[in-house]
Amino acid sequence: MTHEQARTVIGERFGGAQVDPTSAEATVGRGVPLTVTVPVDQWSAFARFAKESLGCRFFSFSTAVDWKEQGLEVVARIDNLDTGLSIFMKTKLGPGVSACPSLVPVFRGADWMERECYDMFGIRFDGHPDLRRILLGDDWVGHPLLKSYAVDTPHPPYR
Amino acid sequence: MTLEAAPTTRVELDYSGGERLTMNMGPQHPSAHGVFRAILTLEGETVVAVDAVIGYLHRCHEKLSETLTYAQYPSIASKTDYVAAMTSEFAYVMAAETIGKIEVPKRAQYLRVIAAELQRIASHLLWLGTWCMDMGGALGGGATIFLYAIRERETILDLFESLVGARLLYGFYQVGGTRYDIPSGWADACRKTIDVIDQRIGEYEGLLEDNPFFLARAQGVGYITRELAEDVGIAGPLLRGSGVNFDLRKSAPYSSYEDFTFTVPVETAGDCFARYRVRMVEFRESIKIIRQALDKLPDGPISSRPGLKSVAQTRIPKGEAYSRVEGPRGEVGCYLIADGSAKPYRMKWRGASFSNLAVLPHIIPGHKVADVVAIMGSVDPVFGEVDR
Repeated sequence: MTHEQARTVIGERFGGAQVDPTSAEATVGRGVPLTVTVPVDQWSAFARFAKESLGCRFFSFSTAVDWKEQGLEVVARIDNLDTGLSIFMKTKLGPGVSACPSLVPVFRGADWMERECYDMFGIRFDGHPDLRRILLGDDWVGHPLLKSYAVDTPHPPYR
Repeated sequence: MTLEAAPTTRVELDYSGGERLTMNMGPQHPSAHGVFRAILTLEGETVVAVDAVIGYLHRCHEKLSETLTYAQYPSIASKTDYVAAMTSEFAYVMAAETIGKIEVPKRAQYLRVIAAELQRIASHLLWLGTWCMDMGGALGGGATIFLYAIRERETILDLFESLVGARLLYGFYQVGGTRYDIPSGWADACRKTIDVIDQRIGEYEGLLEDNPFFLARAQGVGYITRELAEDVGIAGPLLRGSGVNFDLRKSAPYSSYEDFTFTVPVETAGDCFARYRVRMVEFRESIKIIRQALDKLPDGPISSRPGLKSVAQTRIPKGEAYSRVEGPRGEVGCYLIADGSAKPYRMKWRGASFSNLAVLPHIIPGHKVADVVAIMGSVDPVFGEVDR
């Protein structure tokens, strides 16, 4: 499936999705992903659709970006290893919002990725079976990758 | 992690009657290849649940990268996966080059390939040695292969030392090219080294594959289905050991990999032995690539941005990119967002070891405790890359 076909299919199925127009020129197989921005409420539905209908069964990674006053954005990358189609899924949570549906029911690989995302950004993934810190200690205060968390934030030694 | 914070059992056990034992393994355990704690729930000698505790080596690489310029960070990037330091430097500079549309001279591309493939051999040698030591008793003492493998790895580290001046963490890759060109006589020394390794790999295969104890511990152990492999997102030799023909050097070639002839080994068994076989073939394929790259090494500059006067001089325009490199442990990805300044706005590492390790809780249950060690070694985790 070419990028153009994938765009059409996504457009028919998900009206609220925005497909990055620049990536349409790229051909599948060179590793250039199709960037798709979906509303938060379609986040997991779109992931399931991409997995089942577009064959993107490989869960590469997911993370978040703190856009300061515009709020948090959650991103995930999934690949179809057979055809080379890659999809970069994005969803904007909005200012002050830190809740997002979990992808664990769709991809088991999202388990640790979302735990890291919670650890670093404080995003609550609804539907995650085991949302707790993964890299930092359980008694850590704050979420370091937020832009509001200064690099030199003091913390007690010997954690 | 404090002891009080030890997680409660999270896996629902469908078990009634009998005794169940919770056993702690690590964080300092000789087979852990770093600091890793596994909380095993046992029924007799059989593992029924695993809770993996990671993060002991977390150094905030992603936060740190927001405070360092594009010229400063590559040498820090090598500290994520310190066993294959070249790979993470490679991914980082490629991400910056993609956003900045910075050309890399052909000679630099070839030098990058040579360094990356030597690194793959060195990394696989360390894996081979430590994994065989993990399964010690099965191999008549266990340290035999370890010492041989480390001896071979030393010769590659010697090559890196004469190329870069460092043996473990390099700073060889720079945005726009490489930092150093190969010194005179280096190419010949490199050829000799890989010739020796090429010949000896066969000897180690003989030592291992004619040993029924080795086969008993590796075959049919730690089975990963193709479906699980893709769902969790494991990569590299683990993915190819589960029957998926996916190697970024072929599927999405970068840095002139399309110029070289090599094959991608794929095994369908999905067990520890399949992963071992994939890596053993990869040794030879890497050697093939290095020979071709040395033969065809073009003349020309080694960087499109020579002579940086200050560390903040490399500015990358606004944009984002995800670059991925086929490292010894699989897809090492760097998701970079640039805001036009001298430092990234956000950087995310997709550590291959992180995703690979995440498969352990899915495959270990059902195995004996001794198999946990064999399975963990076959995953080849490097905790600098898991914890970042």
